Amino acid sequence: MKVDRRDFLKLAGIGTVVFSSRLGKWDNLANAAPGKDDFFFVQLSDTHWGFANPAVNKDFAGTLKKAVEAVNHLKIQPDFIMFTGDLTHVTDDDKDRRTRMSQFKDIVSALKVKTIRFMPGEHDAGLDEGAAFKEFFGKTHYTFNHKGVHFIVLDNVSDPTSTIGDAQLEWLSADLKKQKKDSRIVVFTHRPLFDLYPDWDWYTRDGAKAIEVLMPYSNVTVFYGHIHQEHHKNTGHIAHHAAKGLMFPLPAPGSVPVKNPIPWDANQPYKGLGFRGVEAKIKETRYAISEFSVRGEKI
Amino acid sequence: MKSMKTRILIHGTVAALILISTGSYLIAAENEQVIQITAKRFEYSPKEITLKKGVPVVLEFTSLDRLHGFNCSGLGIRMDIRPGKVNRLRLVPDKVGTFPFHCDNFCGSGHEGMRGTIMVTE
Repeated sequence: MKVDRRDFLKLAGIGTVVFSSRLGKWDNLANAAPGKDDFFFVQLSDTHWGFANPAVNKDFAGTLKKAVEAVNHLKIQPDFIMFTGDLTHVTDDDKDRRTRMSQFKDIVSALKVKTIRFMPGEHDAGLDEGAAFKEFFGKTHYTFNHKGVHFIVLDNVSDPTSTIGDAQLEWLSADLKKQKKDSRIVVFTHRPLFDLYPDWDWYTRDGAKAIEVLMPYSNVTVFYGHIHQEHHKNTGHIAHHAAKGLMFPLPAPGSVPVKNPIPWDANQPYKGLGFRGVEAKIKETRYAISEFSVRGEKI
Repeated sequence: MKSMKTRILIHGTVAALILISTGSYLIAAENEQVIQITAKRFEYSPKEITLKKGVPVVLEFTSLDRLHGFNCSGLGIRMDIRPGKVNRLRLVPDKVGTFPFHCDNFCGSGHEGMRGTIMVTE
């Protein structure tokens, strides 16, 4: 079920995380008045570097570069940038995979913000259990802390069976035990943790176990990619926000018999593509989400 | 040892009865139909399978290269197809119709197109 903004605001009344897309002050980066502990980060997703079908993206070689430029021109630069997987488009050749990762890394090195974090998608890691990804970008699951928020990066792609796996789930449980029940926790994943549309691989086979482990914590928000479109849903008090991609949009869940990329629209180039800004309002325990086009215009 | 065998037999019988009652799976009886299906990047062979409603069948999957999956949500069945072994799935189709299936273990550049169809007739 897709949750619209009204539902989210309703949920916010009983929860602790407010989805306030288009209400944030940092989104237009002109009237920023953040609290001293507030911060702003950018989520880029599904860049699919190496994809080369002009019928789907006429500017397949330029879209990522435009997004990098757009992020660099944000009036307030984010504290960090998170890439939520599918950095590269799948190739069956191990050497080509590494070439694509090298090219991707070179392009994003032009970002002004140097705190950039990466995680794999199944296109990056599903064929070699993350071997190439680790060579170029490091661990596939990890945690970090920033200004009072605990960030957890979960890998639900290196195992081709769309699972997190028991070992990582145990690692997650052990990490969460170190947190207070009301700690501010943000989880990054590639695939959705919940069953958005399993027939299209829009799920994590053991995602319910991760949600169960996270459920006792009152301030948890999940940001993910994979589905190449904005989508918002709550499982209990946990909000899940999918981001647009930066190579091709995909149809709404289950809206067509077969999931194929939406063709390029010459009248609306880059339609359905973009990136996301997230303003963390620490005292209010909420995240204001803003969506940007490839060229950096607020949507 | 004998009691353990008996216990297993009883458990198996109970499981079979439960599965029969749901109408989806069945511990196959004798003379069951067997359909062999190979999976490889990025196709099944055969990719179109015709079954009869209510007739038990065993689908025997073999992977010719790497891990693949078989997911037919319309019939409520899925399994991993692991290379180096025969992967068997027993079912009794309980409804008539055309049910698409697909590979649900990411297998490479043609993964999205690795599909097929089960047609169940009266």
